[in-house]
Amino acid sequence: MGFSEADVTAILLTLRLATTVTLLLLLIGAPIAWWLARTDSRLKGPISALIALPLVLPPTVLGFYLLLALGPNGPIGQITQSLGLGTLAFSYSGLVIGSIFYSLPFVVQPLQNAFEAIGDRPLEVAATLGAGPLDRFFSVALPMARPGFFTAAVLGFAHTVGEFGVVLMIGGNIPGETRVVSVQIYDHVEALAYDQANQLALLMIVFSFLVLLSVYGLQKKSHRQILRFGL
Amino acid sequence: MNMGNSTIDLQINHQLSERGGRSFSLNVDLQLPGQGITAVFGASGSGKTTLLRCLAGLESDATAQISVKGSAWQSDQVSVPTHKRRVGYVFQESSLFPHLSVEKNILYGSQRAPTPIESNNYQHIIDLMGLKQLLDQYPDQLSGGERQRVAIARALVIDPELLLMDEPLASLDVKRKQEILPYLESMHASLDVPIIYVTHSVDEVARLADHLVVLEEGAVIASGSLADVLSNIELPIQLGEDTGVVIEATVVERDAEWHLLRTEFDGGELWVRDGGDALGSNIRIRVLARDVSLTLNPHTDSSIINRVWTRVDNIQERNDPSMLLVSLIAGDKKIIARLSRRSAHQLGITIGKEVWAQIKGVAILR
Repeated sequence: MGFSEADVTAILLTLRLATTVTLLLLLIGAPIAWWLARTDSRLKGPISALIALPLVLPPTVLGFYLLLALGPNGPIGQITQSLGLGTLAFSYSGLVIGSIFYSLPFVVQPLQNAFEAIGDRPLEVAATLGAGPLDRFFSVALPMARPGFFTAAVLGFAHTVGEFGVVLMIGGNIPGETRVVSVQIYDHVEALAYDQANQLALLMIVFSFLVLLSVYGLQKKSHRQILRFGL
Repeated sequence: MNMGNSTIDLQINHQLSERGGRSFSLNVDLQLPGQGITAVFGASGSGKTTLLRCLAGLESDATAQISVKGSAWQSDQVSVPTHKRRVGYVFQESSLFPHLSVEKNILYGSQRAPTPIESNNYQHIIDLMGLKQLLDQYPDQLSGGERQRVAIARALVIDPELLLMDEPLASLDVKRKQEILPYLESMHASLDVPIIYVTHSVDEVARLADHLVVLEEGAVIASGSLADVLSNIELPIQLGEDTGVVIEATVVERDAEWHLLRTEFDGGELWVRDGGDALGSNIRIRVLARDVSLTLNPHTDSSIINRVWTRVDNIQERNDPSMLLVSLIAGDKKIIARLSRRSAHQLGITIGKEVWAQIKGVAILR
């Protein structure tokens, strides 16, 4: 038993992708979640639905449209080409973009729940103590939402590790560039290398179980419902 | 218009549509003193909290003109945002920041102030609220009373131009209330920040307030000095058994044998239980209407030791088929008596008549 060099490359690529995507998602997701948690706007419903779409769509649908958008004739593809970056389809960067869309709801929802759980009062108190809006966000909302950030990061990371359909559509199967663990397992099975597939698949199961265990353990500790959907 | 620059002037018109479907509007036009404690009294739903929130700028769509000691906080043209009003706000629940220690909670406002608090003032506030031992603790380690003291200290540290307190004792049990009241009294005595204190407790009003505003369904039905409002029997305030006046008196004699103090006020004297107050100190005494009876002659063979010579000022018969309220003038003070209509008829109580008020019991408030 032991992982082949290709397996190790796939594992490292997967970890790199998931880390990058998680960090970007926290940066993008926090303001979106904050807005959703605080707004009375009529756009709240449509925007929430849009963000939640990847929960119900087959990943191939998302991947298909991203492929068109990132490709040479797509709007994003034209921009990247005019900037001299070529097209992002079938590249690591393309994979990062696809993963961000795909995992967005898994980051936004826990953050939104955490922000909503804070309520208005601590922010009103902070205002009466002289804190402006940005100050209130950083000195009160962020620290009080810390458990939500932990959950969001873990889920965003784990979900990115587990994606397959989107990767296949826009990333293809380029070793060291877009061939992540889930694709590698698929390759092993195609090649009837069941032992190797089994090793990687077991690794995924153990990893996923530990991730969920940590989230639920934290949830119990903070007495707060952080996960709302299908888990 | 603006009487000098030492008052707090507010006109608020605020329409709230929510609250379970029914609409509620707050319409007030008040001029409040720029020092001491102004109690805002009213039943729940009378708009007390909304009034405070408007003053703090937390009700963004309220139409208001607010000026505090000459500086305009809100007018038709400008509305200073909450974080730029120097307003301390103590909420009903202490609402401490759970992720910060007591000390960091208290210093949160000071760190954001244009000039941080001087260490003398800081020490004074910590001592005043008795927090020295608690500074390193976290909010979830504190009792309800301690948390509320931290919240008060946190609001004081920003050196507010106005301190708003929204039923700060309502969430506490009787014992904790008794624990905090002395802190509030010493705060009143040693700081000159004007305080607007919302409550539905007559006890807290009698004990703490200098000025009293009574709200009913979003409108002001009385505003004036505590003595004036409490002694005005024409006001439709339904205090029931709590109807009564508050008298400030000076301790002039100690009767050590019987454990009594003789206190004097402009209209007479009252013997009260010796609570250890020093001779010459001022104490606040509460006289409830139900404890006052009237006689035409001074009975020296009665168990009642307090008698005050008074003149009937007004009679109010509106509220009860069998009882009526009589307001009496003693010097520059007023006392209210509640008696049966039959007794009033038999004694021939009319406005201007001079009678002895026998006071069965008094409570020292502070």
